[in-house]
Amino acid sequence: MIRLSGIERVFRVGEEEVHALRGVNLEIARGEYLSLMGPSGSGKSTLLNVIGLLDRPNAGRYALDGRDVTGLDDDALSRVRREKIGFVFQFFHLVARLTAEQNIELPMVLAGIDPAERRTRLARLLAEYGLEARARHRPDQLSGGQCQRVAIARAMSMRPTVILADEPTGNLDRHTGQEVMAVLEGVHHAGGTVMVVTHDGEIGARAHRRLRMVDGAIVSDERGAGGGHGGT
Amino acid sequence: MRLADTLGFAWQVVRGSPGRTLLILLAMGIGVAAVVAVSSIGEGARLYVVNQFGSLGTHLVIVLPGRSETAGSMPGVLIGKTPRDLTLEDALALKRSPAVRRLAPLIVGAGDVRVGARSRETPVLGSTAELMDIRHMEMAQGQFLPPGDPRHSQPVCVVGAKVAAELFGARRALGEWLRIGDRRFRVVGVLASQGESLGFNTDEIVIVPLAAAQALFNTEALFRVLVEAKSREQIAYAQSDIEEILRERHDGKREVTVVTQDAVLATFDRILRALTLAVGGLAAISLAVAGILIMNVMLISVTQRRHEIGLLKALGATGLNIRLIFLSEAVLLALGGAALGLTVGKLGQLFIGQLFPSIPFTAPWWAVIAAPLTAIATAVLFSVAPARRAARLDPVRALSKR
Repeated sequence: MIRLSGIERVFRVGEEEVHALRGVNLEIARGEYLSLMGPSGSGKSTLLNVIGLLDRPNAGRYALDGRDVTGLDDDALSRVRREKIGFVFQFFHLVARLTAEQNIELPMVLAGIDPAERRTRLARLLAEYGLEARARHRPDQLSGGQCQRVAIARAMSMRPTVILADEPTGNLDRHTGQEVMAVLEGVHHAGGTVMVVTHDGEIGARAHRRLRMVDGAIVSDERGAGGGHGGT
Repeated sequence: MRLADTLGFAWQVVRGSPGRTLLILLAMGIGVAAVVAVSSIGEGARLYVVNQFGSLGTHLVIVLPGRSETAGSMPGVLIGKTPRDLTLEDALALKRSPAVRRLAPLIVGAGDVRVGARSRETPVLGSTAELMDIRHMEMAQGQFLPPGDPRHSQPVCVVGAKVAAELFGARRALGEWLRIGDRRFRVVGVLASQGESLGFNTDEIVIVPLAAAQALFNTEALFRVLVEAKSREQIAYAQSDIEEILRERHDGKREVTVVTQDAVLATFDRILRALTLAVGGLAAISLAVAGILIMNVMLISVTQRRHEIGLLKALGATGLNIRLIFLSEAVLLALGGAALGLTVGKLGQLFIGQLFPSIPFTAPWWAVIAAPLTAIATAVLFSVAPARRAARLDPVRALSKR
């Protein structure tokens, strides 16, 4: 479903060239639950951004759902992104002036989906993520865990191919973090593909496939029931 | 993204920062209000002047002795003879034209007017009964000059309000006698106070029958003939008829100048219209200033909303989506500003109208249309750069910077 081959990403910082990704090869199948770990600056976020089509590799090929997306322009990438990628961020990135339901609806609005269809999907998402009572609250009236649930509901609103979560628990206390992970694992149980970038070993261990990066390369790729939580 | 959603999103932004919105609305509103108010003052002045001319007589044609020429100066001097005078018989002959409704020959001089020991130097007009209708004069007391053959005169006169007050004091002027030069006239009417109108202050004149004025000033020559055409459309015919009749009577020479009120009016009309446009244009500069303000605020907004823009892109917004969001934000602000400005401008116009009720202040239609359109155009124009900048933001960097 996702096939990366020979992905290189070089940033130019002043005179220096920083190799964020060095020849990364990666295949992700539908329904996988992955974690991506590694020290700061190892290229985790860059890889996530490349997979999420927010960033373009300098070299290598990227095929998403059988389509080569390497050479697409910005607007084409945006369209693919909104159909196939759902992002969950560490700092939630909710729009402060919009209510929870308006935030969840945003990708559908951007995609130009018919309002009636939006309402149907919205009602289902609110129910699914236990947000009905909070639908008309703004982010500053929600707890951290609720904000992240809104963000996950938003990521799911376009029924994406893959959910990419960048440190989804990084801004939450341990207990709330567990809760949010349970929600993401719920997505996986429902058949979704989930990839989580994390610093937290405990969170990372929960995934069924665990990738480790060092210096822009994937150095280990372990599979197996992760940490005894929620196996398939 | 659907248009309604784009507008809805922009509306949320506009509502979300009321301080900023108020500032822009104010700038736009002042610009639009200035254009509307200033141009309505100009238009009011124009209409006022047009109406003033209208009060002189609606279809007036003025016949002046002497030919005004642009080429060659005073041909009479060169050949050693002056053009022939315009006489009463010339004037009466003009009645032959079917386009002429009525006419009033005019002689003007200065006379020493006396009542008992009081005396006063005033302009004396010699004319006929028709003058009253042609010049739309109104009587305070009594009647105007009696109708009749202008070749013969009765010893009567009509005096202006101020002249009556100065000569007769508190006494009633009507029916009293006054003396101009060596002739005596009985006052048959006092003019209502009308103030200045095209050169004469009707409060300060004495009007006597034409024949009496001819005798007083010892002249046959008319100062001018005021002719009223039957309708606006007939003015041109009246003008050509008059020229034709007088040329015939003056042995084929063109020795008069015929001026229509329309020509004078049109000149004033043009001048005032140009002035209104000019001051309206000056006021429109404030709209450009408002546009620059919008651009500044938008640029700041792009910087402040980096996160949001990055997020929108991450959620699948295209560059076009982002540009449209920013442009519709600007259009909404401009529309609000224009509505505010039109309201304030209209209120301002009503207010000035209260202060100067005699001047018909109305915003010309072009200002009412052009001002809001200019506001929206400047808003869009000055938002293009910020919107482009927003659309080009790199989502990764926009999201990562906190």
